[in-house]
Amino acid sequence: MSTATHHQTTELDRVVIRFAGDSGDGMQLTGTQFTSVSSLFGNDTATLPDFPAEIRAPAGTLAGVSAFQVHISDHDILTPGDSPSVLVAMNPAALKTNVDAVAPGGTLIVNIDAFDERALDKADYRSNPLTDGSLASYTVYEVPMTSLTLEVGKEAGVKPRDAERSKNFFALGLVSWLYSRPVEPTLEWIGKRFATTPLVQDANTRAFKAGYNFGETAELFESNYQVRPATLDPGVYTNVTGNTALAWGLIAAAHQAHLPLFLGSYPITPASDILHELSKHKQFGVRTMQAEDEIAGIGAAIGAAFGGSLGVTTTSGPGADLKAESVGMAISLELPLIVIDIQRGGPSTGLPTKTEQSDLLHAMFGRHGEAPLPIVAAMTPSHCFDTALEAVRIAVKYRTPVILLSDGYLANGAEPWRLPDVATLPDLHVEFATEANHAEDDGEPVFWPYLRDEQTLARPWAIPGTPGLEHRIGALEKEDGSGNVSYDPVNHEHMVHLRARKVAGIADDIAALEVDDTDGVGGAPVLVLGWGSTFGAIAAAVRRVRARGLKVAHAQLVHLNPFPSNLGEVVRAYDKVLVPEANLGQLAKLVRAEYLVDAKTLSKVQGVPFRAAEIEAAVLDMLGVDPTVTPAEEEVAS
Amino acid sequence: MTDTTVPVTTRKDWTSDQEVRWCPGCGDYSILAALQMLLPDLGVRRENTVFLSGIGCAARLPYYMNTYGMHSIHGRAPAIATGLAVTRPDLDVWVITGDGDALSIGGNHLIHALRRNVNLTILLFNNQIYGLTKGQYSPTSEQGKVTKSTPFGSLDRPFNPVSLALGAEATFVARTHDMDRKHMQEVFRRAHDHKGASFVEIYQNCNVFNDGAFEKITGRDVRTENLIPLVHGEPIRFGAEGQRGVVLDPDGRLRIVEVAEVGEDALLVHDERRDEPGLAFQLSRLARGPFEPTPIGVFRAVDGPEYGEAMNQQLLEANEKKGPGDLAALLTSGGTWTVEN
Repeated sequence: MSTATHHQTTELDRVVIRFAGDSGDGMQLTGTQFTSVSSLFGNDTATLPDFPAEIRAPAGTLAGVSAFQVHISDHDILTPGDSPSVLVAMNPAALKTNVDAVAPGGTLIVNIDAFDERALDKADYRSNPLTDGSLASYTVYEVPMTSLTLEVGKEAGVKPRDAERSKNFFALGLVSWLYSRPVEPTLEWIGKRFATTPLVQDANTRAFKAGYNFGETAELFESNYQVRPATLDPGVYTNVTGNTALAWGLIAAAHQAHLPLFLGSYPITPASDILHELSKHKQFGVRTMQAEDEIAGIGAAIGAAFGGSLGVTTTSGPGADLKAESVGMAISLELPLIVIDIQRGGPSTGLPTKTEQSDLLHAMFGRHGEAPLPIVAAMTPSHCFDTALEAVRIAVKYRTPVILLSDGYLANGAEPWRLPDVATLPDLHVEFATEANHAEDDGEPVFWPYLRDEQTLARPWAIPGTPGLEHRIGALEKEDGSGNVSYDPVNHEHMVHLRARKVAGIADDIAALEVDDTDGVGGAPVLVLGWGSTFGAIAAAVRRVRARGLKVAHAQLVHLNPFPSNLGEVVRAYDKVLVPEANLGQLAKLVRAEYLVDAKTLSKVQGVPFRAAEIEAAVLDMLGVDPTVTPAEEEVAS
Repeated sequence: MTDTTVPVTTRKDWTSDQEVRWCPGCGDYSILAALQMLLPDLGVRRENTVFLSGIGCAARLPYYMNTYGMHSIHGRAPAIATGLAVTRPDLDVWVITGDGDALSIGGNHLIHALRRNVNLTILLFNNQIYGLTKGQYSPTSEQGKVTKSTPFGSLDRPFNPVSLALGAEATFVARTHDMDRKHMQEVFRRAHDHKGASFVEIYQNCNVFNDGAFEKITGRDVRTENLIPLVHGEPIRFGAEGQRGVVLDPDGRLRIVEVAEVGEDALLVHDERRDEPGLAFQLSRLARGPFEPTPIGVFRAVDGPEYGEAMNQQLLEANEKKGPGDLAALLTSGGTWTVEN
């Protein structure tokens, strides 16, 4: 590979690149590898994969476009970037569906070979955008990616039809040159990934090098760019997606609780990768069962929990609907259980591959009867690991099902994660009951399955196989203490209150809500209150507002039920509270109901995460500031 | 699990302190008694025994057993039991269910527990009616059944539970009835001892909403003429003098014959260990319903890989191959880089 360069190299503090192509073009693979190399190089990174629900929509159509956005930076970043500054478009459909997202003045790198009449027609282009002047506000580079890839494929001895499939590696090579990425890691990765198919390995290697060299030698680009390594906290890092972090968090939690992990799950987008990941790690004693349906998945997890395992079920919205009855039973049985909902656009089948935060009220209230349970939500891909540990801590300590909310954005998005020292993970050890806990009137010792710990109100967990503690539990109302079936009206009321009190009491056992307010709680005129995956966009927006010399506070909820005990105090300390949510205002509704505070909703339900600029604009509006005055967004980290 | 050091117990030890609340005269009483009297003879411990159920009259049974138990939600017991059985192979897990619970709302879980061959003993109390909800037709009710929900007669064709279980290739399938304790106990014992999923249909009389549903075949005076006992390795014959039998015709059909007419050698010899379930399936459909000669006993008892054991084997193999799980190694498995001070 040529190393001499006559190009100049321009320094950038950050860049947002979007790779877009047909579903079959390998854009996810390309984007993931570019991210991985950038992380290894030392940049901070954040990603946003965006792909259709269809496995392969007809080639070249708008419906079949798959994209992967990555933000790389020389400083710490919080989001995958509001708008790409570079779009790599492998065909007209990819250009058409993504060009509007590109910042004005941005760069478009298009595969000119794909812009024939037929392809333009499939993408509903009346005229060729490359020649009709409609892209005048962008810098457009037309690169014959397909023909150059075919050329090197021929050298490798690959049939033209197969050779064409390496064109994403050409694109990867070109962008790697453009952003001065080291080539060795990618060459190594290609070597490993395609080790079993040497011909493909060779073709991809050649295409990658061809792309790199094209950038180097073609008199097309005036400059290439350098994004220096970020100054991240010292430590060992890995790149992790939310679903992988969640799976690892569950393994770690089971390990810390000394419980065997059992997952009962039915495949559903975007949760299936947790099932896939956990199925790989049987050496940890992890049992995974692909159940016949969503209900069996949670049922088996409850059966495993009854037997003393850490029972887990994973799903997304439609599956969460189906599991509702079983979750209610777990509340009545008071058994530990982890229910993971990777939220996606609803209602019904909705948008399987697009993100949303619209299951919060379902998690809160989606069961008949008074059926409260704790809810936690992850904020970032790597935070899914901590959230899994926290969910398990609460579930085993309080003998309750816990719903863990993540979403499609966190599930598939990746970020560098500074690995924790496993020796410092929390101890989640749990004691099973081993002895009778009550005496009959005649003094005979007996075991009462619903005799509670006075402080936590948790009932004992007595697992089959323990002599003398034989007992029956069920989904009928039971008498407090003995656990016998009871239809007594006063007992029922007592039990309803007791179950509510048990969950509410967890508020004393969770961290107080931290508020990021430079002047201390109540200092800024506006509080932005978020939950879950809006963390990055809100934090980035807050940086931008502060860069204008304005004041704004930020708090992000991980515990949605119960709320941290200081939440009321926090929201009442601000004149204005803004709640950005990827729903129609579900957290805002809860906060208003609970604290009688006039929290305002900033809603977005487009299947994509908030952009920092959108939240920034809403904050400025609340502050009564004209957003057109003061600094341009390029000057502020996001 | 047979354990020779198991303490001697009596029926009383297996009986909980809960008052039994079925209607007086219900067939469930005799099934409960048969079970409680049998358990002391199975060589098992109370603490290692779990009864799981869904919803329905039969589903109350776990409350009456002095063992571990769970009265769960409608139709889900086979799924819950699967999670328990695969994570706790040391336990004896029984599933108590009914025709509505197992074949209507929980039909999916039943067939999948059977096809996976999970180590469960499933007892289906079939009374051909919904009892707990007070008398609607069930998935085993005869077509044309007049009930509160079908005043003009039911339209659905009934399931034959034994056929269904055989269709799912259950490795142990049997039928018994609530009027014969000895037969029940023999079938329950064999179902318990079988490794893998065992399915037992029990014809059970609901004297309130469907009284006499099985009277034509289980009544004391008609029983010998209308129940066809299946005995492994024996020609299939029945009647007071064993005067009638079953033959397999050259066209592949089963037919009831007079033994005197065809000769004993022409009778079909019952083979419960036959791997191919087709003949057992045919036997299960010899009667069109419980009003004409009906086979009872063990239709099928074959060996097959048990799901939980296979799952646990994979864990052992992973452990041997990769060593015990190492958290730090897991977290670095995707490749790492180090940021220095």
